[in-house]
Amino acid sequence: MVYLERWKVILIATICVLGVLYAAPNVIGAKAVSWLQRTMPAAFPSQTVNLGLDLRGGSHLLLEVAVDTVIDERMQGLVDQTRTELRGARIGYTDLGLSSGSVHFNLTDPAQADKAKQVVHDMDNELDVSVTGGDFSLKMSEANIVERKRAAMDQSIEIVRRRIDETGTREPSIQREGDDRILVQLPGVDDPERIKNLLGQTAKLTFRLVDETASIPEAQAGHLSAATELLPSAETQGQFLVVQKRVMVSGDTLVDAQPSFQNGEPVVSFKFDSVGGRRFGEATRTNVGHLFAIVLDNKIISAPVIREPILGGAGVIEGHFTTQSAQDLALLLRAGALPAPIKILEERTVGPGLGADSIKAGATASLIGLALVVVFFIFAYGLFGIFGTIALMFNIALVFAILSILQATLTLPGIAGIVLAIATALDANVLVFERIREELRLGRSPISAIDAGYSRALSAIIDANMTTLIAAILLYIFGSGPVKGFAVTLTIGIITSIFSAVMVTRLIVVWWLRATKPKTIPI
Amino acid sequence: MFLRPIHFIPHDTKIDFVAKRWWAFSMTILLVIITIGALAVKGLNFGIDFKGGILIETKAPQSIDISALRTQLETLSLGEVALQEFGAPNDVLIRIQRQAGDETAQMKAIQDVRDKLSTTYEYRRVEVVGPTVGAELLRAGILATVFAILAIALYVGLRFEWQFGLAALIATLHDVFVTVGLYAVLQLDFNLTAIAALLTLAGYSINDTVVVFDRIRETLRRQKATDLRVIINDAVNQTLSRTMMTASTTLLALLPLVFLGGQTLINFSLALTWGILVGTYSSIYVAAALLIYMPPLRRIEITRVPAKVEG
Repeated sequence: MVYLERWKVILIATICVLGVLYAAPNVIGAKAVSWLQRTMPAAFPSQTVNLGLDLRGGSHLLLEVAVDTVIDERMQGLVDQTRTELRGARIGYTDLGLSSGSVHFNLTDPAQADKAKQVVHDMDNELDVSVTGGDFSLKMSEANIVERKRAAMDQSIEIVRRRIDETGTREPSIQREGDDRILVQLPGVDDPERIKNLLGQTAKLTFRLVDETASIPEAQAGHLSAATELLPSAETQGQFLVVQKRVMVSGDTLVDAQPSFQNGEPVVSFKFDSVGGRRFGEATRTNVGHLFAIVLDNKIISAPVIREPILGGAGVIEGHFTTQSAQDLALLLRAGALPAPIKILEERTVGPGLGADSIKAGATASLIGLALVVVFFIFAYGLFGIFGTIALMFNIALVFAILSILQATLTLPGIAGIVLAIATALDANVLVFERIREELRLGRSPISAIDAGYSRALSAIIDANMTTLIAAILLYIFGSGPVKGFAVTLTIGIITSIFSAVMVTRLIVVWWLRATKPKTIPI
Repeated sequence: MFLRPIHFIPHDTKIDFVAKRWWAFSMTILLVIITIGALAVKGLNFGIDFKGGILIETKAPQSIDISALRTQLETLSLGEVALQEFGAPNDVLIRIQRQAGDETAQMKAIQDVRDKLSTTYEYRRVEVVGPTVGAELLRAGILATVFAILAIALYVGLRFEWQFGLAALIATLHDVFVTVGLYAVLQLDFNLTAIAALLTLAGYSINDTVVVFDRIRETLRRQKATDLRVIINDAVNQTLSRTMMTASTTLLALLPLVFLGGQTLINFSLALTWGILVGTYSSIYVAAALLIYMPPLRRIEITRVPAKVEG
């Protein structure tokens, strides 16, 4: 035990040196770090610990994507499609509608079942179709549903990223969480209102014709043809128009949108791709003199009269915008529509002032704690207390080195985790030192007492730390946000503590024994 | 030059812990009764992490007139609004109950508050937790605590014998429960950080217990004939110095966090401080004392070889 093999000595020393090297960027200041990054090869340690939003300030938003609406919309679309297709094929049906996630209809003449099956198959061959007599039931397959939801999530994340990038937020982190959630972290953002606003809109833009013949009071009473719907104005409360459900041109054919001014009023100018431009030209050419509604998320932004065909594939949206709202709309149109609405489940924002104060408070408290502990420790164990303290310094360096290498996030609770890990590290030393004292009292020689102290304390050290490690790992698995940060530093701290207490302190003790060959041990 | 170490705890203590267990048991029962009482009467003061709701920490350039601020916020009719001054007179913590309806309602409320308050206010911290997340976080928190305690007890049961595992389980449950009691009595904010505190103290408490158990196991292997009570007493006395040293160093590290760690860490460190006191006590009086009632087997023949010497 007292004798350490050469390779072990080299390994321990190497780990300690690397630890100090990798921890160093955290204390040399930002300027020196950026100098290192510019001048040194990439492999050279220059990464610092990643500070959590609670320490650097910023906003954390947890979003939920209503992916189910994608499926609902698809089913609703299927109903409309079935209606059109069956009519086109001259197949008589009754009771067409949605119930419990599948499309149902009844053939008036069951003899047409085979023909109807063919129609359905041509419509979408991935549907699960079950037929009993003239009763049809169409369902999306489970795999198809999963696939569509997954695609909707991927697209949502992409759109969220684009929208946030467009606002000029620096270093945003956008991650998927679970099946239908997105975690957005925005360092440095202390008022996320605008971003929340932008994320809260689906931004589905459509151009549709207004049904000028329909009476609005009638429509409000519920008398509407199946091809139209009553939509509110985005501008004026209580103002409605009846518009065609049929979309003449939709926003996904836009290639650009920019805020601009027209007659001193903020407007949004837009450009279509060739397909959209052609459709737009066609729609405006055949409907001159009619009202053309510009609908965003089921609200009418404006419904101007088409004065002449617009063939250039570009246009402007007027709508009593402010400069800001024109900018935001242009941004939303550029970034594209979300496939499904997003809800903000959770917001946690820390202002830069509090973040800085937290670092200061956490750091001050930890340093004072550390100083108290070290003084106490040296009083209690004398020279061995100093050995333990040296090992403890390497331990702290190792924790920061690992945090920097893993680019794990250090949070305020994370600082508490480090403090606790320090206590654990000392506990391992205490176990050994107390054991050495006991063995000395039993009359052993210094070397044999140290030997026995280490070997006999080992089982207690391992078992005691394993239990804490189990708690820390479960905390990481089940915890969220700040708790996870605590679990990370605690886990790293426990591992480095065992290393520092069992290996580093021992190495120092062994060197001391060899150098001084003491007759008694000052412990 | 030799630094002369100070032995804070004499090495030859002969305290009869086992005989004093009745005092300890009464103490334990008293703590448990207080906890149950506090939980029944006051309940836990769930923070917004679990209950959902809004928390705003603001700082104004001049001192804040709390009652004026209250009147101002009451016009928004957001339900229960609690204002709490902390630290300086220009720092206020605003807590607003969870708004009826879903997440959108919470987000609207926070917008309303921002619109209402003067623009000179600095928003140091804004937390909005919707009902869905709140319920999930609570569930995850309870699961984490329960699984951690069970996993730890299982580990101890496997490494030692089931009697040790069961005693450790009861002792840890005791510590966690009594600390939950502290949250109830002082009406501290019971939030995610509180769960972290509970798990940490579970880890610490078991750590402490394991050290005592380790010594009991060792003595059991070496001494065949001795009475279990004597063994337990010896083990506790022999490890007493270590128990006190570790409790002291941990407390020394924690106390600055209690006083200087700021709003976020104060509850956490307070609960841990309490937990370490309780955990230290329970390792001796709950965990070790319980072994008297379920004596572990003595597997001397298998384990005559002492713990393997490494290296």
